[in-house]
Amino acid sequence: MIDRTGQPFIRIRGLHKKLGWQEVLRGIDLDIWRGETLCIIGPSGEGKTVTMKHVIGLMQPDFGTVEVDGIQVNGLRERELAPVRQRVSMLFQNAALFDRLTVEQNVAFPLREAGVTDKKEIKERVAAALDVVGLGQHGQKLPVNLSGGMRKRAGIARAIVTRAQCILYDEPTSSLDPVVSDVIDTVILRLQERHGITSLVVTHDMKSLFKIADRIAMLKNGLIHFLGTKEELRACPDKIVQDFINGRADVDF
Amino acid sequence: MRGVTDVVRIPGRVFLHFISYMGQIAFLVRDLMTAFSNRVWRIGLIAEQIVSIGYGSQAVVIVTGAFTGAVFTFQTYAKFKDFGVESSVGAIVSVALCRELGPVLAGLMVGGRVGASMAADIGTMKVTEQVDALRVMGVHPVDYLVLPRFIAMMISMPILVAESITFGLMASYAVAVFGYGVPHAWFVHHMVDHTNQWDIVIGMTKGFAFGIIITLVACHQGLRAENGAVGVGIGTTRAVVISSLVMLIANFFLSILLNYIWPLGNNV
Ligand SMILES: Nc1ncnc2c1ncn2[C@@H]1O[C@H](COP(=O)(O)OP(=O)(O)OP(=O)(O)O)[C@@H](O)[C@H]1O
Ligand SMILES: [Mg+2]
Repeated sequence: MIDRTGQPFIRIRGLHKKLGWQEVLRGIDLDIWRGETLCIIGPSGEGKTVTMKHVIGLMQPDFGTVEVDGIQVNGLRERELAPVRQRVSMLFQNAALFDRLTVEQNVAFPLREAGVTDKKEIKERVAAALDVVGLGQHGQKLPVNLSGGMRKRAGIARAIVTRAQCILYDEPTSSLDPVVSDVIDTVILRLQERHGITSLVVTHDMKSLFKIADRIAMLKNGLIHFLGTKEELRACPDKIVQDFINGRADVDF
Repeated sequence: MRGVTDVVRIPGRVFLHFISYMGQIAFLVRDLMTAFSNRVWRIGLIAEQIVSIGYGSQAVVIVTGAFTGAVFTFQTYAKFKDFGVESSVGAIVSVALCRELGPVLAGLMVGGRVGASMAADIGTMKVTEQVDALRVMGVHPVDYLVLPRFIAMMISMPILVAESITFGLMASYAVAVFGYGVPHAWFVHHMVDHTNQWDIVIGMTKGFAFGIIITLVACHQGLRAENGAVGVGIGTTRAVVISSLVMLIANFFLSILLNYIWPLGNNV
C-alpha cells in the first residue's frame, strides 16, 4: 500500500519555528509517503501540534519548506492554500467543533464546503461517519452538551467524512476509553487499507502507536530524536526513547 | 532626560500603533472585497444575522429614538416659547433627528449591542480554534464570518436609523401636541416644510457608514483575539470603545462632507 516511489506526499525540510522566546522547532526533516501512517510522539509541549499546523498552513515556518503532494505550502496566502486543504483534513487536539452547530451539522460542514449538494448523500455520509465513531444517537446534540471523549469522536467523524487523501490526527485517542480507542485505531487502519489514506498521527497512546504506526518519529528539543519502524523503536538502545515508550521518569520529589 | 525623549517616544508609539491598526483594517477590507467578488452568498447565515442584528436591535433603537425625541422637544419647547416660535419645534427636532441624532444614537446603540456580540462571537471562535477549523476546511474566515455580518448590517442599519427617527418624531409630536398643546396642524406643517428628502438621505448615508465602521472594527477585534477568554473580553471592550469613538469622529467629517464638499440639497 505504501508508495515509496517518486515524491513523498508530505515533505518537510529544515523546519524552524520560534514562538515567543521559545525555539519550538529547530530543523525538522520528515518525509511521509503516500499511504503511510506516520506517528509523532514526544514529550508534551515539544512542538508536535506546531509541526502538524505547518503541514496544513495554519502556521508559517521561520525557515524551511513544507510540501504537500508537490505543492509548496509555506509562503502561500490564505486563499492559495485551498488546493492543499482539499487534499488534507485535520482533527484538532481540542476537536474545535463549531459550537453553534449540532454534531450532525458539524460533520456535514466539510462535505457542503467541498461542494457536495445532494441532501441525501450528505445525510448518508454523515450518518455513516457518526456510526463509525459511535455517535449515531447523538447527532442532534450541540457540542457543549457532549463529554470530552464524545467531542473528540465528533471531531474524528468530521475529519474522516470527506475522505481527504491525507488526514492529520492530533491525539485521536486521548480522553477515549480503551474500547473506543481501539475502534478509532481500527478506523485509521481501515482508511489506510481500503482507501490508501496517508495519516499523520500525534499520539501519547503507546498501545495505539504500536497498532497503527508504519513509522514513528520522536520529537525532542525541537529536533527529530528518533525516526524508524515499530521494531526499530522497540530495539532502540537510546535511554530517552526507552524511558519515553515505557513511561519511566526519574522523579526526585 | 527621560522626560524629553518621552515627548518624542510616546506620540511616536501611538502613531505607529495607529498606522499598524489602519493597515490591519485595510487588509480586512481587501479580504472582504475579495469575499464579495467571489459571489458566494450564504443566505442562511445572512438571514440569521439580519435577525440578530436588525430584528434584535429594534427595541433598543426605538426606545433610544423615542426618548431622545421627547426630551429634545421638551427642552427646545421652553426656549422656543421665549421667542414665541414654539409651534416650529417640530421642524428643529425633525431636522436634528434625521441628520444627527437618529443615525448617531442608533449607531452608538447598535455598536454597543451588536459590535460587542460580533467581537465576542468571532473572538471566542478564534481562541477555541474554530476559526482555524474553518481555515482547514478551506473556508476563509472573512467569507464565512465577516461577509454575512457585513451584508446583514448594510440591510439592517438604514432601517434601524429610520425607525429611530420615526419613533423620535412620534414622541416629539406627543410631547408637543398632547403635552404642550401645540396645534397639530402647525406642528406638522412646520415639520414637513423644513424637512426635505435630503435630510433623510443624509441620515441613511450615515447609517450605512456607521454600519461599515461597526462591522469592520468589531470583526477585526474578534479575528485578532488571542490569549483565551481574557483576550475575548479585551477585544469586546475595544470593539465598543473604538467603534463608538470612530463613529462620533466620522460623523463630524461626514456632516461637513455632506453639507459643503459634496452637498446634498440646499442646506447651507
Ligand atoms: N500560538 C503560540 N504562541 C506561543 N507559543 C506557542 C503557541 N503555540 C504553541 N506554543 C508553544 O510551543 C510549544 C509546543 O507546543 P505544541 O502545542 O506543539 O506542543 P505538543 O507537542 O503538541 O504538546 P502536547 O503533547 O501537550 O499537545 C509549547 O511550549 C507551547 O507553549
Ligand atoms: Mg499537542
